[in-house]
Amino acid sequence: MGLKITGVNQMQEPREKVDGWEPKIIAFLCNWCSYAGADLAGVSRLQYPPNTRIIRVPCSSRINPLLILRALQHGADGILVSGCHPGDCHYISGNYVARRKFAILNNLLDYLGIEKGRVHFAWVSAAEGKRFAELIKETTEEVRALGPAKELVKKQD
Amino acid sequence: MPDTSVMIRDTAKKLLDEKRVDLIIGFERGTLPLCSSPCFTRRSEEAERLIWNASCENNLAKYLRRREEKVGIVAKGCDIRSIIGLIKEQQIDREQVFIIGVPCNGMIDRRKIEAKLDGKEILEAEEEDETVILKGRDFTEAIKKEEFLHNSCKTCNHRNPVIYDVLIGDKVEENQGFDEYKEVKEFEAQSADRRWQSFTNEVSKCIRCYACRNACPLCYCQECFVDSSQPQWIGKTTNLSDTSIFHIVRAFHTAGRCVDCGACERACPMGIDIRKLTKKIEKDVKELFHYEAGVSLEDIPPLATFNPDDPQEFIK
Repeated sequence: MGLKITGVNQMQEPREKVDGWEPKIIAFLCNWCSYAGADLAGVSRLQYPPNTRIIRVPCSSRINPLLILRALQHGADGILVSGCHPGDCHYISGNYVARRKFAILNNLLDYLGIEKGRVHFAWVSAAEGKRFAELIKETTEEVRALGPAKELVKKQD
Repeated sequence: MPDTSVMIRDTAKKLLDEKRVDLIIGFERGTLPLCSSPCFTRRSEEAERLIWNASCENNLAKYLRRREEKVGIVAKGCDIRSIIGLIKEQQIDREQVFIIGVPCNGMIDRRKIEAKLDGKEILEAEEEDETVILKGRDFTEAIKKEEFLHNSCKTCNHRNPVIYDVLIGDKVEENQGFDEYKEVKEFEAQSADRRWQSFTNEVSKCIRCYACRNACPLCYCQECFVDSSQPQWIGKTTNLSDTSIFHIVRAFHTAGRCVDCGACERACPMGIDIRKLTKKIEKDVKELFHYEAGVSLEDIPPLATFNPDDPQEFIK
């Protein structure tokens, strides 16, 4: 079950929570901090659940809300968005601008009734390998507790 | 006090005669009662067609972009706030627009009147101050304008033009003593399941005609995300998931820009409560970034700037 961003629409039935179900989480990580944080977790041999698929983006401000919504539509059970801590952006102010977009998106999704634990936002620096591993653990557990995504999943008409 | 329509005509004629503008955009009588349509005049003798009444509901700011000539526009409070938005986004030049500001007491919603008449056809409508007299085949009924205003007009707090080059008539009293976000707050108070249920109920009516987008003065992207095929962000059918994403993202794109003119909702043939979303974003922008769209030419749009101390409780 790959996540297609372009091309033919992938129709997907909403999955039931059956035995052996594992959440699938898409993590959008900024190239300069969070992705390097994930790398550090890796080279430090820190264990974390394998439910996350990482998509590397140049900056957290690259993340278009449509990327998040489309991932939820096509099979992701949870989303993690992560970038540099405020003040540390490689592009000086990318994460500050992104933060405003995320605030509005986060409120809007909550307002429409999408569970709070589906879409996560976090700042992770390149030095926080341990924090990254813990963040993935927490996020995975939270999404696991919510069960398979329901709201925006695209069903066959 | 002379009639507003007459004052608009005189101003338009003068502007055209003095060659201060090449085109006047205003309203003329529509083909149906209670239905005015946009009017474009280039010669002063044509200016006779211009009118002003309580059914001049369209947001004329939509017609200002990509014009070579100097344009005079008859604009009410919300139109002018949209014009301010367009000027700030460098879509139009302030010098190129001559704003004929008209204070507005709210526009009446034909659909509400039709619902009250229960299928009876209106053949004629006359306005007298605060009432409208409706005439049909075998009935005459007087209704109060106030009771049939558009939802966006009911919560409007900028009835008077924010900026203008000439003001028609006297300023009107602003709406006061009401909670603009009452509906949003009521919606917020419901359970998450109920909210999702009502949202999907609303968007399931959508036929994807994009009338909301086409009517919106701020939806001017060369290629809208729904039309894009590379990447094809969302499917083009009325699949509920696609429709939901269309509405979420369209509303999101109006963040910090929407002036709540209600054009989207008026244009919607299916009667979808689009303002439920845009109003929520408007409220959030006000609470989080202390910004109100379309009230000043100087302040920076909230999503084009930032404050290092912006709220971030939701970020881990």
